[in-house]
Amino acid sequence: MATKQTLQNDDINEKKRLELYNTQYLIRVAEQRAYDLFLENLVKGTSHLSLGQEAIASGFANAMQENDKSFCTYRGHAHTLARGASVVGVLGELMQRDCGLMRGKGGSMHLTDTSKGVMGSYAIIGAHLPMAVGSAWRAQYLGHDDVATVFFGDGTTNIGAFHEALNYAVVYKLPVVFVCENNNYMEYTHIESITAVKNPAADRASAYGLESIIIDGNDADEVYRTAQKAYEKARAGEGPSLIECKTYRQSGHSRADPGAYRPKGELEHWKKNNDPITRYRERLIEFGIKQNVINDIEDNVKDLVDQATEKAKNSPVPPEDILTTNVYANGGWAWRN
Amino acid sequence: MAQLTYREAVAAAIAQEMERDETVAFIGEDVARAGGVFKATVGLFDKFGPRRVIDTPISEQAILGAAMGAAMTGMRPIAEIMFSDFLAVCWDFVANEMSKSRYMSDGQLKCPLVVRTGNGGGSRFGAQHSQSIENWAMAIPGIKVVAPSTPADVKGLLAASIRDNDPVIFFEHKSLYAVKGEVPEGEYVDTLGTAKVVREGKDATIIALALMVPRAIAAADKLMQEHGIDIEVVDLRTLVPLDMKTISKSVSKTGRLFTVEENPRLCGWGAEIVSIVVDELFWDLDGPAVRITTPHIPLPAADNLEDIAIPSVDRIYNKILEVLK
Repeated sequence: MATKQTLQNDDINEKKRLELYNTQYLIRVAEQRAYDLFLENLVKGTSHLSLGQEAIASGFANAMQENDKSFCTYRGHAHTLARGASVVGVLGELMQRDCGLMRGKGGSMHLTDTSKGVMGSYAIIGAHLPMAVGSAWRAQYLGHDDVATVFFGDGTTNIGAFHEALNYAVVYKLPVVFVCENNNYMEYTHIESITAVKNPAADRASAYGLESIIIDGNDADEVYRTAQKAYEKARAGEGPSLIECKTYRQSGHSRADPGAYRPKGELEHWKKNNDPITRYRERLIEFGIKQNVINDIEDNVKDLVDQATEKAKNSPVPPEDILTTNVYANGGWAWRN
Repeated sequence: MAQLTYREAVAAAIAQEMERDETVAFIGEDVARAGGVFKATVGLFDKFGPRRVIDTPISEQAILGAAMGAAMTGMRPIAEIMFSDFLAVCWDFVANEMSKSRYMSDGQLKCPLVVRTGNGGGSRFGAQHSQSIENWAMAIPGIKVVAPSTPADVKGLLAASIRDNDPVIFFEHKSLYAVKGEVPEGEYVDTLGTAKVVREGKDATIIALALMVPRAIAAADKLMQEHGIDIEVVDLRTLVPLDMKTISKSVSKTGRLFTVEENPRLCGWGAEIVSIVVDELFWDLDGPAVRITTPHIPLPAADNLEDIAIPSVDRIYNKILEVLK
């Protein structure tokens, strides 16, 4: 049996590849943990997991600079973790504990950590695209060098705010990157069956004078390289990009969804043949990275998530006196004297 | 003091704030080169240029979203929604986004912005360009709601709104744009959440807002001249925060309360005020609290019909006379 030749490091060096893997693996373990905690009835409300979509969050976040801004949807755990938000803060928020990123006031769908550039997760489809445009306007207006990235699903391409935001960003040449995570399903319905074009984001790009970009969203290297290009373009003052990442949601739409609408064998096919974590682990080996290095990363991530889980479980629920805080900028809620 | 129209006071306030604060910028449809369809922002483009005064596409969601994204990250944008009726197409940003981001993030996200909008009837524009929707905005926790009645209040309250650290919906009344009044020269900033007694009286209190204020004053003058009835008129100026102290003081003094509202009847702002007064000042009242409103109908275009829909000086006069006699 011929041994496979070890690949030489390319434009992505070993350190960056390990970071790309670490981020993906962290998201995988944390999301699985969120699901387990839901089964234990410790995650309340709803939650929308990114299992199977880890490469996109990892590829973009690892290409960002520290002052870049992320705008996420309700499926935002991955992007929040990828920017370096505390795992305790994320799991704690899902469990609606006082240690949560927003002390239980936002919940799973609204993860926010402005200290890490995560400018919020929004649960009304499309709303955060214009917000990212506004952040980019501010960067251009004040001469800041940060770029806004807005992540959204395939379903978002059929709502008005998507089109308003794209036109606006192109007209004013704003430093914003639109990232469509096409995971095939708009909630419970296949996106192709309800969209006029085959590629819901990329096929609309020409309408706004943008390049049509479709990438393998389950290949963290490809995502990372595409992100780098888009950020270089944005920072050079050359305007926005729209990137469609093909991926597959391995979990249901939300925690209540068993995914019964999927054709038989589809999920198994993606898990077996096109899982971003499995693929990337194989790539690391191809590049000559030793198994024990990979094992160390995985062990560290598991420890981190285990410890975070314990901390979150032991955190108290939020105190009742925060019910009425931070409604207004003065910290309170008073609407009358 | 300078004599300015209500519309000139809008431009004066924006210019005053743009001069002192680089982070203030202004976006909207036809607001820059054309100076606004109501000519309320004439001169700003020439003075501040295309970087700070920006014509946008007809994209109300993008306008409010962009203002919000900029506000979250360090600016103090002013966004114009041409007619307040159009807020319905971007209401998500008012009802779900700018009003809730601070709370949902437990104070991490800020949102210091102003949404200016032309509100109210009297222009014969029909049901989709004439509404008074300040009561919609009042129903949402997390935003502030302002509706001035005079040029001086426009300047002072708009400046205060721009400096405020919360999102403010600033309702300008379309039928008041041409009204002239004394406006303080130089830097002038008023205080949000303060109502004003604009006519002192002892027999009854009228609480009014925007276009209904001059009509309430005219009705009060007529009641005094013709019947010796002495009405106190309070200009609410701000719905949120609500200055209940000024309202309560007046109602306690006169013992009678009338509200004059341009919004349609159901859930108008007067209902909230009457409810608070009944809760807290019931024993100070000498008779029923009475709301004078637009009936619960879409507004018609025809001038004779619109004139009988929106509370007029005569309707206010007749109703108060009927109740007090």
